[in-house]
Amino acid sequence: MADVKYTKEHEWVRVEGDIGTIGITDHAQEQLGDMVFIELPDVGKTVDQGDEIAVIESVKAASEVYAPIGGEVVEVNEALGDEPAKVNSDPMGEGWIFKIKIADSAQLDGLLDEAAYKELAEGDA
Amino acid sequence: MTDAQSCDLKRTPLYSLHLELGGKMVPFAGYEMPVQYEGILAEHLHARDQAVLFDVSHMGQARLTGENPGKALETLVPGAIYDLPDGKMRYTVLLNELGGILDDLMVTQRGDHLFLVVNAACKDDDFPFIAERLKGQADLEILPDRALMALQGPTAAAALARLAPECAHMAFMTARPLAVNGIDCEATRSGYTGEDGYEISVAADRAEDLARALLDQPGVKPAGLGARDSLRLEAGLSLYGSDIDETTTPIEASLGWIVNKRRREEAGFPGADTILGQIAEGPARRIVGIKPDGKAPARAHTEIQDGAGNTIGEITSGGYGPSVGGPVAMGYVKTEFAKPDTPLQLIVRGRALPARVIKLPFTQHRYYRG
Repeated sequence: MADVKYTKEHEWVRVEGDIGTIGITDHAQEQLGDMVFIELPDVGKTVDQGDEIAVIESVKAASEVYAPIGGEVVEVNEALGDEPAKVNSDPMGEGWIFKIKIADSAQLDGLLDEAAYKELAEGDA
Repeated sequence: MTDAQSCDLKRTPLYSLHLELGGKMVPFAGYEMPVQYEGILAEHLHARDQAVLFDVSHMGQARLTGENPGKALETLVPGAIYDLPDGKMRYTVLLNELGGILDDLMVTQRGDHLFLVVNAACKDDDFPFIAERLKGQADLEILPDRALMALQGPTAAAALARLAPECAHMAFMTARPLAVNGIDCEATRSGYTGEDGYEISVAADRAEDLARALLDQPGVKPAGLGARDSLRLEAGLSLYGSDIDETTTPIEASLGWIVNKRRREEAGFPGADTILGQIAEGPARRIVGIKPDGKAPARAHTEIQDGAGNTIGEITSGGYGPSVGGPVAMGYVKTEFAKPDTPLQLIVRGRALPARVIKLPFTQHRYYRG
């Protein structure tokens, strides 16, 4: 079973082998509102944990997405170009944003598990 | 938001109704206001398709009385007011001595008085300023116990006419008293969306009854400040504090039409030299509609460059236009770049995105002219 971890910045990462699939949480999409544009990273780009890597724009405002883990961007969700609203309707499924080849899986240990993230999101609401 | 902030925020008479309707409340101009209910996109599109109701009770309402309150007010605004026929209204601006805009406002001729509606964020400055400057000529009575709501959209007239049939024949920019479901109101056929619709002033203690009666009509949904902003931006209507402020003149803001022939000839308003000079010679910069070629929105304060990379202006309002189906913006550019179709570059997150000047509005106005 794939392991899902969360960040305090409201990203999630689902780890399968050495690939991490990344998006924003349901709580985050709820707070941001209707998505209208997602600026995807370039495939092949290498990022460090915590780097600003994508931008999601709702009707209201632009928000940064930070890399939950370092590594190389290996795939981006091109479908969001025409349908950014997938981030609203299915944030942890079809609304994934990019995939990273994880450089150092030890970085995952510092992330939140579901229970810890839930507590954080509830305190935030 | 900290508790200290929320304690200081004021509430409109519709506050509990907003909560009941699931409004997401945010601080705005010192009030707790709904930014959205079901979502900005849905509310925006509903306003273009059917009708929505906005609470705009945070705006300032006042009455100006005196021997000739219109003549008095003309010393502060460039619009023609004193010869405004009874029941007609006009959009105008309060000016500073340099011709900069202190606020924009609606002025309605109501026979024995003028009815003023000013911006929420400016009302605490506007009202003392007007009262002081017009002392001895006119008296300002602030109306804090009145609510204001805007019913906007192509089915607004049909919805309101079910409760007040007389509203159907009102033309755009006219006013009349209206009994809506037996509630005494003052209605104007006006708005801030580019759509047909009404703004309705009502005693605070009847506001909730009125709002419920309007929301009970088929096709009428509540809408928040988010949709109000995207609707006015597509309609090419300036937002005070973003597109116009003390540093912009009405001529730069493409509001020259508010200064009619008589006022141009007589002058006698603050900043007349600057404004009449800009009318004669053209302003150095001008507000324009801007359509990014791609899908990325360009927000307020985005730098505008020409093709060679020279800075030529700045976006003042920008975002996503739900009816346009893409990004839309307004901003100031040097006048030589103000012609429709002029190519521009918008500097978004360090990248130059291609865009074009477009003739405003993005969505055609659909006012009822009678």
